Amino acid sequence: MTAKESIEIPLREIAHARTGDKGNRTNISLIVYDRRHYDLLVEQVTPERVAQQFAYRKPSHVARYLMPKLGAMNFVLDDVLDGGVNDSLNLDMHGKALSFHLLAMMVQVPAGALPKADEKKTIKETA
Amino acid sequence: MEQTKGMRASNNETLAVGCGAGFSGDRVDAPGPVVRTLIERGGPAVIMFEMLAERTLALAQLARKANPDLGYETLLELVLRPILADCIQHNITIVGNFGAANPRGAAAMIHRLARELGLRVPRIAVVEGDDLSSVHGRQIVRDALEGDFDERRFVCANAYQGAFAIADAISAGAQIVVTGRVADPSLTLAPAIAHFGWSESDWDQLAGATMAGHLLECGAQVSGGYFADPGYKDVPNLEDVGFPIADIAQDGSCTVTKASNTGGLVDARTVKEQLLYEIHDPAMYLTPDVVADISDAEVAEVGPNRVRLSGVHGHPRTPTLKANVFFDGGWLGEGEISYAGEGAENRARLAMDVMNKRVGRDLQLRFDLIGVMSVLGDDTDRLLNAIRPGAATDVRLRVAAKHEDSTQIDRMLRELTALWTGGPAGGGGVRVAKRQRLSQKSCLVPRERVPASHAFV
Repeated sequence: MTAKESIEIPLREIAHARTGDKGNRTNISLIVYDRRHYDLLVEQVTPERVAQQFAYRKPSHVARYLMPKLGAMNFVLDDVLDGGVNDSLNLDMHGKALSFHLLAMMVQVPAGALPKADEKKTIKETA
Repeated sequence: MEQTKGMRASNNETLAVGCGAGFSGDRVDAPGPVVRTLIERGGPAVIMFEMLAERTLALAQLARKANPDLGYETLLELVLRPILADCIQHNITIVGNFGAANPRGAAAMIHRLARELGLRVPRIAVVEGDDLSSVHGRQIVRDALEGDFDERRFVCANAYQGAFAIADAISAGAQIVVTGRVADPSLTLAPAIAHFGWSESDWDQLAGATMAGHLLECGAQVSGGYFADPGYKDVPNLEDVGFPIADIAQDGSCTVTKASNTGGLVDARTVKEQLLYEIHDPAMYLTPDVVADISDAEVAEVGPNRVRLSGVHGHPRTPTLKANVFFDGGWLGEGEISYAGEGAENRARLAMDVMNKRVGRDLQLRFDLIGVMSVLGDDTDRLLNAIRPGAATDVRLRVAAKHEDSTQIDRMLRELTALWTGGPAGGGGVRVAKRQRLSQKSCLVPRERVPASHAFV
């Protein structure tokens, strides 16, 4: 893929995420809206890049687990919560807001593979 | 109403487990629509309440020390009053960890409530064995922590019990099962064990229903709560989000839906987010009952607000149970003051500098400039310090610290308050708060040393 054919967008445009905490460890799921984007996420959202994205929290280890059937991956970051919910002085002692920091990460996608705005935003009609 | 217990009527019949609460402090009007939906559908049904976060139990233990009749979920009466009669009349079993530090106290309260509502005496079972605060229990924990145990500061210890003691209580005829600390998904797995007659080594079934429990245990988090991101993930009528119901099948797979005539949303996205919530290695989700493996799991939309979870595998459970141990952790103090208008950020930063110079030598302070940078950074303020001062015009300075000695915290909060008159211009809205901290350690204890059992009360 050349730079000309691809554009740079934040992850939030093509994926969603949720943070969970256990002790001093956070997990952040990353789930694509469209399966066609999964491979490029696997290629680009590596544990190294995620460690870099959260470098200011000094993770001692970042693990990535892939779940292709769900179009999802799970990141586990160690020692990023100032000791965890009972020790941290953070207003957000669980680190719940961290998922949106991951979604701010920029990725390269082929220009033609972007979701159409209406496609992305459509909610299925529910009974 | 006398009726054969619906529970074992037919093994082909799915079991509906609704969720009534996903944490202590959840909405007390949420269980009503769940119970109404279960009644409308008919068939065997259970409503499950998960109301016991890690810290909640430690606070409940302190409440019980102060008054031996208390120490159970403080919202319990508010939660059960609107639904108790309907559940008993329609054979909807109630399972909840709302017993917290005092399951027998909770059961006594439910008996009082039933009398007050004019109901027949309900069959209530308590499940015990989680509390390790006794001399014997402390020894088990001390062994597991290998000396990392401060008797003087000890508050409480509880082991995470599993589903089988609860299932035994239901099989013995309990209409309501009150527990203390059990693993959250075990509250859902237990009635499925009683319904389908699974054994302790039906690993795939146990794992499937465990993940159904995992999906339910945070209440609305699977049905549109904690999900909306306007323009990206829209949720209809979030203000009336319906709580979830899982239809569990004989093979342990489940279909998740939600209470009828409510807002919210159950789709593949909401289910995937909750499936991975607080999961580490997806091949090894450890509970007291089973090691669940979701690496091959599949999520499929099978109807409006209906999502099926299948492909969960199970492996033999571990020989240990997790226990949480709480110790007195000294004091936490936090204070805030706001600055607005031109130069607000500079004035807030000057206030930060004043606090640092007056208190920072004695206490390690965490600073936040709310409106500039707050929750993303860690306690060392690396991120805040890396940001060049800007021109934000509505900024709230927050200062937080912890210390063994409450007088140190008092002094910090006095200094924050003194910014009213002695700090930069135009500071307003001072708020200060001080509270006791709990520090937590986790350990693994041999399961044979902490047996669980049920008793009718």
